[in-house]
This record gives sequence, C-alpha cells and structure tokens, in this order.
Amino acid sequence: MTTTPPSGGAPARDRWRGVTHAARYISRRIAITLTLLLGVTVMTFLIVQAVPGDAASANLSETALNDPEVVAAYRAKWGLDQPLPVQYWVYLTNVLQGDLGISQQTGRSVLGDLLTYVPATLEIALPSMLLAVVIGTAVGLYAAVHHDRTGDQVVRVGTLVGLSTPSFWLSLVVLYVFFYLLGVSPSGGRLSTWIVPPERVTGMTTVDAALAGRWDVWWDAVQHLALPVLVLTTLTVAVLTRFVRSAMLEVLDADYIRAARAKGLPERTILRRHVLRAGLVPVITVSGLAFASLLSGTVLVEQIFGWPGVGQYAYRAASGLDMPAIMGVSLFVALVYTAVNLGVDLLYGVIDPRIRVS
Amino acid sequence: MSFEVQRPAPVPTDASGDVPEGPVDRRTARALGRRTWPQRLRVPSVHGIWRQPAVVVALVIVVGWLAVAAFATLIAPADPIAQSPDVYAAPSAAHPFGTDELGRDVLSRVLHGARLSLPLAFVIVLGSLAVGGLLGLVAGYLGRVADEVIMRVTDLFFAFPQIILAMAVSAAFGPSTRNAVLALILVSWPTYTRVIRSAVLSIRGSDYLAASRMLGVGPVTALRRDVVPNSVGPAVVLATLELGNAVLMLAALSFLGLGPRPPAPEWGAMIAGGSRDLSMWWVSVFPGLAILTVVLAFNVLGDALRDRLDPRHAKGLS
Repeated sequence: MTTTPPSGGAPARDRWRGVTHAARYISRRIAITLTLLLGVTVMTFLIVQAVPGDAASANLSETALNDPEVVAAYRAKWGLDQPLPVQYWVYLTNVLQGDLGISQQTGRSVLGDLLTYVPATLEIALPSMLLAVVIGTAVGLYAAVHHDRTGDQVVRVGTLVGLSTPSFWLSLVVLYVFFYLLGVSPSGGRLSTWIVPPERVTGMTTVDAALAGRWDVWWDAVQHLALPVLVLTTLTVAVLTRFVRSAMLEVLDADYIRAARAKGLPERTILRRHVLRAGLVPVITVSGLAFASLLSGTVLVEQIFGWPGVGQYAYRAASGLDMPAIMGVSLFVALVYTAVNLGVDLLYGVIDPRIRVS
Repeated sequence: MSFEVQRPAPVPTDASGDVPEGPVDRRTARALGRRTWPQRLRVPSVHGIWRQPAVVVALVIVVGWLAVAAFATLIAPADPIAQSPDVYAAPSAAHPFGTDELGRDVLSRVLHGARLSLPLAFVIVLGSLAVGGLLGLVAGYLGRVADEVIMRVTDLFFAFPQIILAMAVSAAFGPSTRNAVLALILVSWPTYTRVIRSAVLSIRGSDYLAASRMLGVGPVTALRRDVVPNSVGPAVVLATLELGNAVLMLAALSFLGLGPRPPAPEWGAMIAGGSRDLSMWWVSVFPGLAILTVVLAFNVLGDALRDRLDPRHAKGLS
C-alpha cells in the first residue's frame, strides 16, 4: 500500500498511464466538488428567497416597520429591492471574494462571526471524532469476532439504544448527573466565569491556554469540554460501531481469511494484518459522513451546554431570519462536508488501488 | 433414524370424490397432471421474524404506543394542558410523573404527546416516501438525463446537514406543526430516492426482466408488475427505520421551539421546558424516555426487517 501508482517493474509507458489515471481521477473529483459547491450557493440563496418570512419585519422594531421610509431604506441597504438573478449574482461575486455579508443580528461580518465560532465547535467535534473512531473500531471488531454471541448481542442492543437517544435529552441527563448530583462538572460554557481567557491564537481555549503555558486554565477548559464531548462521542460511537461491525463481518467471511486460517496463521495476526486492514477501507468513508452528522449534532448539544459554537450561531440565525448568517452557515457546513467527502475519496484512491485504476 | 418415503400429498377431493375445479396449488396441479408454470421470483419473506424476542418486545412497544395515541383521552389521568397551582410537584401517587413548571400533569402530557409524535412521524415518512420514492423510480427506470438531474439534486441536499436545513426552512416559514412536517419531508426525501433508485437499478439489470421484455411485456406493465413490487422490500425497511428518525427530528425541532406551538404536549418541547430547571429532573426525563422507547422500537423492527428483506444483510450484517 503505497501512494505511488502500481508501477513496479513495469515499463515507463505503463507508469505514465498510472499517473494520468490518478490525475484524471483527482481532477474529476475536484470538478464534481466545485459544481456541487456552486449548486449549494444557488440552493442557500433560493431557500432564503423562497420563504415568505420577511427579513425586514424580522429585524426591525414595530415602530420602525410603521415607517415606510425606514423599511425602504432597509431593503435598499440589503439589496432586497433588486430582481432575483441580480441579487444572486451580487451574492455569488461577494462570496467568491470571501465576503459573506454582514450578519443582521450581530452587525459584524458573517465570515468574522464564523471564524469566531468555528474553533469552539471544532474543539468539541475533533476530540469526539477521534474518540469515536478509536472506540468504534475496537468495539466493532470485538462484536464481529464474537458474532452472534453474548458480547455481540450486547453491542448490537447498545448501539441501537445510542442511535435512538435524542442528543439534547442525553445532554440534559449527563448534566443532571455530573453537575447537579455529583457536582464534578461545570454547568456549561467554555471557561469558568472568574478565569481570564488566554490570548486568542487558534480560538480553541485548550490550545491557546497550552500555548500560553497557563495549565490551570487548560485544566478548567478541559473540564468544560468533557460533557459535550461525552455526549457527541456516545452518539457517533453508536453509528461507527455498527458500521465497523458489519464491514468486519464481511471481511471475516472472505476466502482469503479462510486461507490465512488454513495455513495456520495465529488469530491475532489474521485480525491485525488482514481483517483490520481490509475492513478499515469502508470505515474511512463512514467516518467522513459521521463527522458531518457530528457537526449537525452540535446544533442541539451546544444549545444545552451554552457552548458558543457554529451550532448556536446557526440556531440564532435561523430563528432571527438573519439571511446572510443563514447563508454563511449553510455554505460553511456544506463546504466542510464536501471537503471531507473529497478528502475521503482521494484517501480511498491512495488506500485501495482498485479505485484509482477503474 | 427413520427412512420415510416422501409420498406425494393425496389429491384433495370433496365429499363426492371429484377433483376440484379451477386453480389449485402447484403440488395438486402436478399430481393431477395439469401443466404448472414456473413461479414468479419469490420476494424474500418476513416469515420467522417473530422468533426473535427483541422483535416481539419492539412490536409490543409500538402497538402499545399506538394504543396510547388512540386512547390517550381515556387513559390520561388529567387534562394535558390544564394548569394548576401545584407546580414542580415531584412524582407521587397523584402525579406518577410529577408536574411541570405550570403545574400540568407530566404523565398526561407524555401520553397525549403520542397523539402528536406518532401520526406526524407517519405523515413525514409517507410524504417523503411518496416524493422520494417516485423520483427514485423515475431516476432508476428512465436513467440518462432524468437520472443524472435527480441524483445531482439529491447530492445537493446531502451536502446540507438535515437538522440545519430543517431548522432554516421551518424558521423561515414560521414555527408551526405543519411547517415542521413540511421541512422534515423536504430534508428527508433524498434518502428514499437513493434507496429506491438502487433497488430499481438492480432489478433493471436482472435476467428475468430482460426475459419479460423479450416476451413482449411493455415498459409500463414491467414497471407495475416487476419493478415496483421488488422495490417494496427496501422501501419498507427504510420507512421503518425512518419512522424512528422522524420522531427524533420532530422532537429536535420542537426542542428548538420550531415545532407544534405551546401548550401542545410535544415531547421535544417538554424536554426544553424541563431544561430550565435541572433539579426538576422528572419534567424532561419522562418525555425523553418516551422518545427513546418509540425510536428504539422502530429501529429494532427496521433492523430485523432489513435482515429479512435485504439480501446484502441477510447474514445479520446490520
């Protein structure tokens, strides 16, 4: 499994063919992604336009609404009085220049808002994803090896329960247990109120605190992280474990595993060298999808833990009909999603040579 | 070990000993020397699914909740929206699940909540199945441009996380039960399109469909007699799993204040009410358990159905 095309001792002509194959594959994937992103801008734009909700009435006070001049000025300011295609063209050229508009609620640029809120979300999403992949792979492999025995049944039921639990309810339950009953965890937010936040470098409190060498602040931030990460991990582990289990079951059933057993390889070696390696390929795809669903899971979890991330920003934008913010968040999440998918596709080509060639 | 000879079943006769007229089962027909036709491709059956205890429990839970939804007015001890001065009463004999911040009986509200969540979940699933299934049939059966266009649109929808799209749409149209349902249909149809399309594609490539075409069966008849019946299995599996998902998503929207308007006893909204004061755990714990049991039951049923109906998962690969 190397990153170079399958060349080996083949003549140079064949090696070139491998390279062009890879180049064509990569450029095709990138072209598809770009088209998709363009479609996403159209769609965010259309959703916001198609709705009967009126931005002026959502954002202006009652007295201001009674004054037609104020309303007209407001519409002119946001380009609401232009025909649709013109509005879209203005929007698209601005987006391509990195200008996502001004949030009607915060009064700041949407891009600036996103840069403020995204690190907070990443701070809980990345550790959750990492934990979920490690735990999900281990538990899924365990269940597959113990197929249809007690351990497998427990895992199956457990993951189904995990899938069926509302994230916001689970957040409340862990908050009740660890904050209210046991008193070992803070009630929410990123840092205790009496702590002066560390100097902002990455926007992730734990990293910034570590960079500043303030380990007491770091520890406080970790304590605040613990519960949201616990909830997000639980939900993602459920999805991943089920997938790893079925992927591994399929591999365990393959002829080459039987061959490995028949030639007397120790079971541990078979699992590590053959089952885990082959089974991990589909797991990568699902991890990409799971990361996207984890991002959307943060909408509800951030709400409970008062976590100032993209999820809260999205909710406030949606409930306030803050159009530029809604478009910005949708575009950002879609960008992350398509980027993750592109990454997965390319990684796939690296890991599984068959895909690169076909 | 006994060596019984398998004898053909005796030809059923009525009292007079005459051979029955009209269609008979295959064995009888063979015994009578009538011509038999090869049977149509067997759709995998759900036979024997009831032997799994988990499936029985799940079915009991679903039927139980459906009964609660049907008879909530008779079962519930109190009016679900009647307020009383007895606020935040802990669970007791008078109020088994306690009372909420307005003194309303939580048990009655949970029971009445089933009247909202279950029918709405069915509406969401049927709505997205109608839209998504139809588009999936068209994409898979017509192929070419129709397929390309429809699938690119589903790609677009998949690029948005469901909850964010649903949130934006239902907030934009104004929070109400109807708009929440419409928003959830809007975000969930692409899943059905993909599943139905791939089912149709696998049938379209099958030998027996080619055979029926050679026998002169027209495309519309083939669609009706072979393609649609054979996509029912995957559709049923998906719809069952999506019922649970619909309950979850509806509760999530209501939790955010984008579902049925208060004082409607919606489970997600009740959890949001309970989140205001953590010490009154009963206000949010019981509606949460209601959601958990309903969704879990649908997921167990969907899982078991998939093991039966989806050949790829036939060996218990869930």
